[in-house]
Amino acid sequence: MKYLDEFSNPELASKLVDQIHAATSGEWAMMEVCGGQTHSIIRHGIDQLLPDSIELIHGPGCPVCVTPLEMIDKALAIAEQPGVIFCSFGDMLRVPGSGKDLFRIKSAGADVRVVYSPLDALNLARDNPDKQVVFFGIGFETTAPANAMTVYQAQRLGVPNFSLLVSHVLVPPAIAAIMESPTCRVQAFLAAGHVCSVMGTSEYPPLAAKYEVPIVVTGFEPLDILEGIRRTVLQLESGRYELENAYPRAVRDEGNPAAMAMLRDVFEITDRAWRGIGMIPGSGWKLSSRYAEFDAEERFSVTDIHTAESSVCRSGEVLQGLIKPHECEAFGNECTPRNPLGATMVSSEGACAAYYTYRRLDLPTPTVREPAGTRG
Amino acid sequence: MCLAVPGRVLALSEQDGTTMAEVDFGGVRKDVCCEYVPQVSTGDYVMVHVGFAIQMLDEESALKTLAEFDNLGILEEEFGDQFALAAKQAGMSNPGAPDDQGNGARP
Amino acid sequence: MAEPDTAPIDLDGWVCPAPLRDSPTIVMGHGGGGALSAELVEHLFLPGFGPAAADVQLGDSAIVDVGGTRLAFSTDSYVVRPMFFPGGSIGDLAVHGTVNDLAMAGATPLVLSTAFILEEGTDLADIGRVAEAMGAAASAAGVRLVTGDTKVVDSGHGDKVFVNTAGIGLVPDGVDLRPDAAQVGDAVIVSGDIGVHGVAVMSSREGLEFETSIESDTAPLHGLVAAMLETGARLRVLRDPTRGGVAASLNEIAKASGVGVELTERELPIPQPVRDACGLLGLDPLYVANEGKLVAFVAAEDAELVLEAMRRHEYGKGASLVGTCVEAHPGMVVARTGLGGTRVVDLPLGEQLPRIC
Repeated sequence: MKYLDEFSNPELASKLVDQIHAATSGEWAMMEVCGGQTHSIIRHGIDQLLPDSIELIHGPGCPVCVTPLEMIDKALAIAEQPGVIFCSFGDMLRVPGSGKDLFRIKSAGADVRVVYSPLDALNLARDNPDKQVVFFGIGFETTAPANAMTVYQAQRLGVPNFSLLVSHVLVPPAIAAIMESPTCRVQAFLAAGHVCSVMGTSEYPPLAAKYEVPIVVTGFEPLDILEGIRRTVLQLESGRYELENAYPRAVRDEGNPAAMAMLRDVFEITDRAWRGIGMIPGSGWKLSSRYAEFDAEERFSVTDIHTAESSVCRSGEVLQGLIKPHECEAFGNECTPRNPLGATMVSSEGACAAYYTYRRLDLPTPTVREPAGTRG
Repeated sequence: MCLAVPGRVLALSEQDGTTMAEVDFGGVRKDVCCEYVPQVSTGDYVMVHVGFAIQMLDEESALKTLAEFDNLGILEEEFGDQFALAAKQAGMSNPGAPDDQGNGARP
Repeated sequence: MAEPDTAPIDLDGWVCPAPLRDSPTIVMGHGGGGALSAELVEHLFLPGFGPAAADVQLGDSAIVDVGGTRLAFSTDSYVVRPMFFPGGSIGDLAVHGTVNDLAMAGATPLVLSTAFILEEGTDLADIGRVAEAMGAAASAAGVRLVTGDTKVVDSGHGDKVFVNTAGIGLVPDGVDLRPDAAQVGDAVIVSGDIGVHGVAVMSSREGLEFETSIESDTAPLHGLVAAMLETGARLRVLRDPTRGGVAASLNEIAKASGVGVELTERELPIPQPVRDACGLLGLDPLYVANEGKLVAFVAAEDAELVLEAMRRHEYGKGASLVGTCVEAHPGMVVARTGLGGTRVVDLPLGEQLPRIC
């Protein structure tokens, strides 16, 4: 693909890696916010190319991982109702709720469909007027414009059998929450490139100043990530803490005004409980009152949800960068992509899944314990 | 997260009062909603996420960035601190670097 | 029964020995050709069959000795949706799939049976097209369709057309290809572009439609295999990487043979349109199905000889050396990335799903 493949060029990657090595003398811990960046780092082995003194802490930028458990359970409850076609991105299908997941209820007969775009769900609603079509609207600011437009169209075109189950999360409050944490080790952030394509960069200079952390807007291809790291190291080495845009081809300071206007109309800020982290005030979006009729939470009475998180799962600590996946006792034992205890092991860019899938080879062997229950 | 990929706009159209485009991703084509990039014209590149163009791709900027990567290290080798470079490559500390009191730094 | 693409269970990622504890019912992943499928066989079917399955062979086909003559016997069922896709139909897959399973054992395919389960209400014209496709594919491959069966199920209980084919082939003397035969040092070869069939099918699947020039690579491979055998090279294992892609096949062979496999990503023949489609949907070409390709494990010294013979054949033009068998990490497949890092190429779980993240 043009303007994509060139950013994996191995020769240029080599140059960037050399520059990073040349520039690094201190020990630095930086966090890449976005799960897609984590995926790219592990997939291409980028962390293996960096100096040992640079640590990449994998951030909570995996909307799949941080979607509140209660929201997953609501999704399951709605999807199990007769006459409902429940649509979702593929990422959400195997995220464990309190004991079940969408994949499992699909095999039990629920009409759960994977779509590429929320517009596909709207079209399904128009093609199936006798069914209730619900779309699971998760994601960061990157995905919110798509969900917003879909609801806007549903209202404009009059598609009453469509509704949206909204669980959007926002990056800047997450950065603040991470920096406020007493155990925080993060000294710099690689900000999420595509979030900034939509929202621009204006929310970040105040964060950089307040917490004295460099924030470098970074893309997703190997060269983009290496460049983000390079610029971050230069800032750290010289004691600067500024916002920089290392992804100018897709990010403008002003963001996308048309998208932001739609977001202001369709969504309003709300508190959101991030799975594994806890309540972060003002860190989410819900449908604004103008669009309340399309809110799936209102349309389907999904009360009486009792959530039950695995007591063993430490995905919260992983999401905050406090432990690495392989430092969790359950990693590779009870918890594998086959049988995930938490969302970080399910999502393809959850840190635990990434480590398990791509990195098992290099990690210290997890302690294999005797299985609970009888064998043989 | 946010798998967004660059594609080239082949043709624009209106569907149900919405601006849509046929976008080419190097041979794979898909219909994409372009309501968020009202300034788009045929031949432009856009970043596409879940069926929506979320931003224009600045081609000039892309090429400039690649050229910058290609030139990395060249300027430094020409004009840069050769001692620092050599020391780094040898895994040693820079003999010309400032000591803890900030003395001896090279300009 | 010869379930394609199965392997001994990987116990590393397992704690509880209870079979299929994840779910008491069948899930889509059980048909994906990956770990779940393997478990269904190992922990449900085989124990259920008991002593009658004592001789089961877990390769693509079973070799049965009949009075000194070795026959290869294989069966496969086709449930692909949509029925017609760019480059072919369920009919082509049904013939080529079983022909290829036989070919992977080095056998010359002779005869096929065809069994249909048809959904009430399916267009007769569609079934006619499928039958014609099967006839054409069989003739082109030089196999006869000798027996069959037809059943009809209530509307809403089929996926329009399910096809099963079973085939018998003749294994030449001295040919012994087995999944556990790979050795440290062996060369790993793929016969051409990977990820083609899966992308072609996905492009016409509802909800994901996209336009692409890619057409399915469905093809019979017994001629290619014969050409490879003719060189006299030491072929260890052949496998056609259908569901689960090249990743699934390499993992199964690595586990069965107890060797590690090291791939060099840069050497993988992935056509640009496949890269683009996978980039768009967030998929990895190593996990995408192929229907006209094979992977071969060959003694290292014979690799060039085999590659030359393959490239001279219609279905082996893009043959590439993509990896090697190593002593390290037995049972695991590891790839050297374009940037020089490494990553594990795991056995896929179930089906790959498009992702947004």
